[in-house]
Amino acid sequence: MSNPAPIELVCPAGGLPALKAAIDNGADCVYAGFKDDTNARNFNGLNFDDNTLREGIRYAHERRAKVLIALNTYPQTENWARWTAAVDKAADFGVDAVILADIGLMDYARRAHPDLRLHLSVQGSATSYEAINFYRERYGIQRAVLPRVLSLAQVEQVVKNTPVEIEVFGFGGLCVMVEGRCALSAYATGTSPNCNGACSPGKAVRWEQTPQGMETRLAGILIDRFADGERAGYPTLCKGRFEVEDATYYAIEEPTSLNTLELLPQLMAMGIRAIKIEGRQRSPAYVAQVTKVWREAIDSCQKDAAHFTPKAAWMAELNKVSEGQSHTLGAYNRPWK
Amino acid sequence: MKLSLGPNLFYWPRQATLDFYAEVATLPFDLVYLGETVCSRRHELRAEDWLDVAVQLAGAGKEVVLSSQALIESESDLKALRRLVDNGRFAVEANEMGAVRILAEKKLPFVAGMSLNVFNAHTLGLLADMGATRWVMPPEAGRETLAGVLAGKPPGVQTEVFAYGRLPLAWSARCFTARRFNLQKDTCEFKCVEFPDGMLVKTREHEEFLVLNGVQTLSAKTYNLLREIPQLAAAGVDIVRLSPQWQGLADVAGAFRRALDGEAAQLAGDYCNGFWHGKPGLELVENT
Repeated sequence: MSNPAPIELVCPAGGLPALKAAIDNGADCVYAGFKDDTNARNFNGLNFDDNTLREGIRYAHERRAKVLIALNTYPQTENWARWTAAVDKAADFGVDAVILADIGLMDYARRAHPDLRLHLSVQGSATSYEAINFYRERYGIQRAVLPRVLSLAQVEQVVKNTPVEIEVFGFGGLCVMVEGRCALSAYATGTSPNCNGACSPGKAVRWEQTPQGMETRLAGILIDRFADGERAGYPTLCKGRFEVEDATYYAIEEPTSLNTLELLPQLMAMGIRAIKIEGRQRSPAYVAQVTKVWREAIDSCQKDAAHFTPKAAWMAELNKVSEGQSHTLGAYNRPWK
Repeated sequence: MKLSLGPNLFYWPRQATLDFYAEVATLPFDLVYLGETVCSRRHELRAEDWLDVAVQLAGAGKEVVLSSQALIESESDLKALRRLVDNGRFAVEANEMGAVRILAEKKLPFVAGMSLNVFNAHTLGLLADMGATRWVMPPEAGRETLAGVLAGKPPGVQTEVFAYGRLPLAWSARCFTARRFNLQKDTCEFKCVEFPDGMLVKTREHEEFLVLNGVQTLSAKTYNLLREIPQLAAAGVDIVRLSPQWQGLADVAGAFRRALDGEAAQLAGDYCNGFWHGKPGLELVENT
């Protein structure tokens, strides 16, 4: 493993304090969204208005960091103008790239702002080089974010067969489903990640202490029940315990976070250009902590990939902020599938 | 409006599959979509077997379309996709953008499948320019989204709506059927063949919620837009899609055929129709 390609650390900025925390702790890029359903983290109290965006871009650019704006939900005909206005705004404010999923919006962005750099969002569900090359040839995308479904060998196959820069998720909440291909939340709650930019929304959540234990519900549906002493997690639909063929278990996935720190040398060697940290809905303290660990790890790996091992202290820090205080390699490790 | 049968999302034994399509040839479908769209490991029917079924159905007067796999992971998935595109006779339903790229490069007309996420007229127009002659609305979209897309629909493009069956809600790389039996995907023993309508997921209150079908997750409830047929017709839908189920498809097809012909038709069951009405998908909206 010699001369690994430079790899960018892309960190979440749910607001201005998180943006500053990311950049202060060594993020090369931050990604952010506007305060509406044009992005896939459309949560109350998150995201940027004109003032915070201007300040965030100034703060980032003065420190040679980049600001990427996620406009990665699917516009509908009746609200189309709001998505194109969001693209215009991002371009006018001088962001470094926009992250898009809908080809209609990509086509608009390319025509209206030919110099604006386009990234393909994970919400575009592109898992093969054929799909990624499609977006490059048609809309000139320069980077693609891979859904969290490919094994390491499959990721490498993609990288080898496309000139598009590949960005992968390194750490954070784990979507088990192919992003952009999941309507579970829409089915249960009416809130669609694809169209409304949120999954398992807080407004549909109910916590109830019952004689059987703490119950968590989503739109009335029992997602999980916790015995005394068990830590009750947020009822994300795919991370509950259900009954299947006479067994009660996490039928889809445990509450756990993705952590690929130990794969860094391999990711670098295969030419991955950016590592994304999930968590725009998390606190600035989370962003600071995770960014700091990953910055150190990337620098250490870039210096000497052959002798890189994740420090126990890094893993402990990351586990502290992981869902369920545990982590997984997810699909990168084939047996997970 | 025409009646179509979508690709079978479940995994059935070879003979059962062949028997099923022999029956489909006699049912009042105008179009039939064929092929394995969920999992590349499934092999009861090989590519050439699917082509045989296609030829038989075409001989029975059905318009046949071959559907592509929705989640492409490996080089062998891509090889299978290229073979499908090069079948030389039947149109292909593209279920991810890699298929669109290959079809458009060869200047072949195609059907834009439901997982391409067409939610607006601009996107449909671009796909039409690439060769899409038909689009299938994502099931999570409803009549308002449809009206929006159709207001700006390019001429000559047909609209198809998923109108009956367990709703395909999500795809993963993980096989949830194998997971239930503590098997790894690569050595899954093809457990999903034992669950011809999927494996039921209940809440801990025994409420039927979802079904697991290998790497796919579907609704436990059956989506049913039979009563909404007049609304679909008024909205400008050209094709109404039913999804294969293990038992009783003939009755369902008959009811939909009668409804399309303007006759009275009814089906009894635990149905949902929320998505069409802009509500959570699992809801049942009594007719408006």
